[in-house]
Amino acid sequence: MNELLIKNACVIDPLRGINAETMDIAIRDGRIVEEVSGAAEVIDARGALTLPGGIDSHTHICGTKVNFGRYMSPEDMRAGRTPRRGPLHATSGYSVPTTYGNSYRYSVMGYTTLLEGAMAPLEARHTHEEFLYTPLQDTMANVLFDGNWGVMEAIRDGDIKRVAAIIAWTLRAVKGFGVKLTNPGGTEAWQWGKNVSCIRDPVPYFEVTPAEIIRSVVEANELLHLPHSVHLHCNNLGTPGNYTCTLGSLGLIPDLNRKRQTLYATHVQFHAYGGSGWKDFCSKSEPIANFVNMRPQIVMDMGQVMFGRTTTMTADGPMEFNLYRLHHDKWSNHDVELETGSGIIPVTYRRKNLVNSIMWAIGLELALLTKSPWQCLLTTDNPNGAPFVRYPEIVALLMSKRYRDAEFATVHPDTAARAPLPAIERELDWYEIAVMTRAGQAKALGIQDLGKGHLGPGAEADIAIYPLRIDEIDPSIDYRKVIEAFGRTEYTIKRGRVVARRGECLVDGSNATFWVRPKVSEAYDMGKDPDFIEKFDRYYTVRMRNYPVQEEYLNRNRCIETEAEI
Amino acid sequence: MIVKDVVCPFCGCLCDDIEVEVEENRVVAVANACELGTTKFMGEERLKGPILRDGDGWKEITYDEAIRYAADTLLSAERPLLYGWSGTHGEAQCVGVHMAELIRGVIDNTSSVCHGPSILAIQEVGHPGCTLGVVKNRADLVIYWGSNPIDAHPRHLSRYTRYADGFFLENAFRDRKVIVVDIRRTQTANIADEFVQIKPGGDYAVLSALRAIVQGKTETIPRTVAGVTREQLVRVANLCKGAKFGAVYFGVGLTMTRGKYKNIRNAIELVSELSRHTKFTISAMRGHYNVYGSNEVNTWMTGYPFGIDFSRGIAFYNPGETTAVDILARKECDAALIVGSDPAAHFPRRCLEHLAEIPVVQLDPYPNATTAFCNVQIPVAVTGIDAVGTAYRMDGVPIRTRRVLSTDYPSDRDVLFQMYALMQEVRGR
Repeated sequence: MNELLIKNACVIDPLRGINAETMDIAIRDGRIVEEVSGAAEVIDARGALTLPGGIDSHTHICGTKVNFGRYMSPEDMRAGRTPRRGPLHATSGYSVPTTYGNSYRYSVMGYTTLLEGAMAPLEARHTHEEFLYTPLQDTMANVLFDGNWGVMEAIRDGDIKRVAAIIAWTLRAVKGFGVKLTNPGGTEAWQWGKNVSCIRDPVPYFEVTPAEIIRSVVEANELLHLPHSVHLHCNNLGTPGNYTCTLGSLGLIPDLNRKRQTLYATHVQFHAYGGSGWKDFCSKSEPIANFVNMRPQIVMDMGQVMFGRTTTMTADGPMEFNLYRLHHDKWSNHDVELETGSGIIPVTYRRKNLVNSIMWAIGLELALLTKSPWQCLLTTDNPNGAPFVRYPEIVALLMSKRYRDAEFATVHPDTAARAPLPAIERELDWYEIAVMTRAGQAKALGIQDLGKGHLGPGAEADIAIYPLRIDEIDPSIDYRKVIEAFGRTEYTIKRGRVVARRGECLVDGSNATFWVRPKVSEAYDMGKDPDFIEKFDRYYTVRMRNYPVQEEYLNRNRCIETEAEI
Repeated sequence: MIVKDVVCPFCGCLCDDIEVEVEENRVVAVANACELGTTKFMGEERLKGPILRDGDGWKEITYDEAIRYAADTLLSAERPLLYGWSGTHGEAQCVGVHMAELIRGVIDNTSSVCHGPSILAIQEVGHPGCTLGVVKNRADLVIYWGSNPIDAHPRHLSRYTRYADGFFLENAFRDRKVIVVDIRRTQTANIADEFVQIKPGGDYAVLSALRAIVQGKTETIPRTVAGVTREQLVRVANLCKGAKFGAVYFGVGLTMTRGKYKNIRNAIELVSELSRHTKFTISAMRGHYNVYGSNEVNTWMTGYPFGIDFSRGIAFYNPGETTAVDILARKECDAALIVGSDPAAHFPRRCLEHLAEIPVVQLDPYPNATTAFCNVQIPVAVTGIDAVGTAYRMDGVPIRTRRVLSTDYPSDRDVLFQMYALMQEVRGR
């Protein structure tokens, strides 16, 4: 029996409605309990801000494209390296760190659970291999269905149950957690060097539109009772004027689920652009935020851009090619048969660049204009908008008008005419930040019932204690202290064990992987469907029996079974 | 008993449709594999147990003794080299990286003497590629450049290109054009629709000429470029631009000839240029069945695909300095662990002279050229035959190999893990 007692913690636990109450937290064998014996080890938090462990609901940390980002970028690897030390392995990389680099740096910031935003089913084994070497966080992966032939054929045939059945079979086979659509239809078109312009453009050959894909997959997702909603990267990312396409996509979504949103729209900053070209490029955060404010069925994440160097990587292959034609730096692309694709290019976001400055403003505006913090979560779409190590600065920007103004004074001078940011007075409070960095994520991912994102009895003892007395500092003025504290916990506790202390990781952990197995009836078991099997055999280059990811690839296996309606 | 859907541990095609017939724990027949794969499955004479050099002969030792010897040798070395890794599974490669980190060694894989230049080019300009099935289902034009799949990757043509069915091709054999570019008329050239014969060392110039033509600068091209006529170059460029989906596969004929990584860079830039007109991809014909896996493992664990030097604690990468050939040629290395490769068959003489001077431990199921340089050889199970593990196909698709025989040989991973555990006891965690 392993017991720990955290005393005098200033707890903010939004899922339980607790806002800055000083209390003790008792932990036994990795879970939070009502009380522990006198033999428990004691940590005195001395009134420091104590939150559930951070959860990143959209990050790129493991898998084929992430690793290719490292592979092609020795200059990025050189930009951040630490030696082997004690139980810690060497790390490399700044914007695309090695797996240990990701894990240690997230841990030092108090993050204990990560969702890899995009996993191609055919290459899922790779993602899981990297998860094994991401020791200090629990992991889960969204599975890409944007260009899935079987799904598109079933949609063309109007058979939503078959869409659900293919998703169920695939999630189970690849040990995936959620359903991801990245530029739906566009990744298939890109395998011919084409793209879809918005949601009404038919996909070549398959003759379904992105709108049909989004609607059908959303319905299928709910038929399967998956914990998470469909996770959408809208069409048309990064192009001026794309906000109308984004509004059109969000407008497709009915309210189908009482416990959580029906659609998670990711990195919306990249989808909130006005103008007819780069010359009149401007922010359209207001119409997007207003739209989301009226629709509880939608949750988004920011996709905040921060100035400096990073690497962009996405399943959205055609978008990366367009970006390559703007930047003329190196470009990688990787299309995946019958499923999806990906692209990678390095970029530098510059304050002196007007477009980049407006992008920076839009992310913040989305967070500040969205009334409920549960509906706009804090991300950079790591590393696309910026590496996750920049999160503390974003927290501070959201909490301090003064900091925003100071930063605003350094960006391109024309930004003020193109973005509403300078007029926004709102400053988020500690509670809202706790929602946007953990509680909101747990709810959106549907994992709060598994003991994630809160500190109630029965919850997993994933806890972040930050060196901050919130009664002593005013974040609006002391924003430097906020940045420092959110960058380095006093204690990060994972599964009841202190894994990081004051910027140093202490142990080599062992992650758990969450995945979903929807239970479907015999008739909808694609593993026994002759047509599915025949197409698999003819057009994939991997045998169907060799496709599923074996349980050997999971350290701690956390299978979530759902009762599907098919 | 017939085991189906077996994964072939020979070349980078990583065919996973092999059927192996086993009787009394011996392979008696192999279906679907090429000649190279069949030979591997049918097996060669393996070492029975670990051997230690003893004067002019060999002495049999136990696994524990061999592992202890290896751990002691590597621990006492100042600049240990851990080389090979392409002929083993990913789980073993991961232990190898941890070991290199612990003993502050250099870990390098065989790509430093095969597709290392391709990786350097990718690090300069990126890599527009795809999985093999995308090519199989879509490509109406395939170019083999400096590679001879009939000999080296025999089923590449039947599974993915020339003879493969494709979803979007009505009659794949007729509708798909194949171009072979090489310095001599290979067997693959004989089955091509167009053969482009380049004078040795002329690849870079030909690639540049094609880029110029694709950019509309045909008038700048001389009558012949490295032995190739302007007419043929224009024809090839038009075939490329007119294709709906083109795929280039290049081999060491392009990476290891004059120009080296600059050739690959030029080829990638040609493909990037063609991507402005139509769909085009390019990929390397990787050799060993898991050489790409070794690059992948090294990359997620250290940040770099090969040639990683841990002597200062951090991962340091500088090909040409931190690669096996260079470290041996400079006589820096004072002990070597060789896993899943045969450097004595491939390295320059100067390197082998030094290898003969230092203690060498080899993990390999079979006696090979490197055996002659070893102090200890530890026979291990063969991944894909009597060991299970992960391998990455040449296009990055990871596949778990199957076991068709059960033997008492330990896997590479098991042997390395025991070595690593002994080292951890001495060096601390």
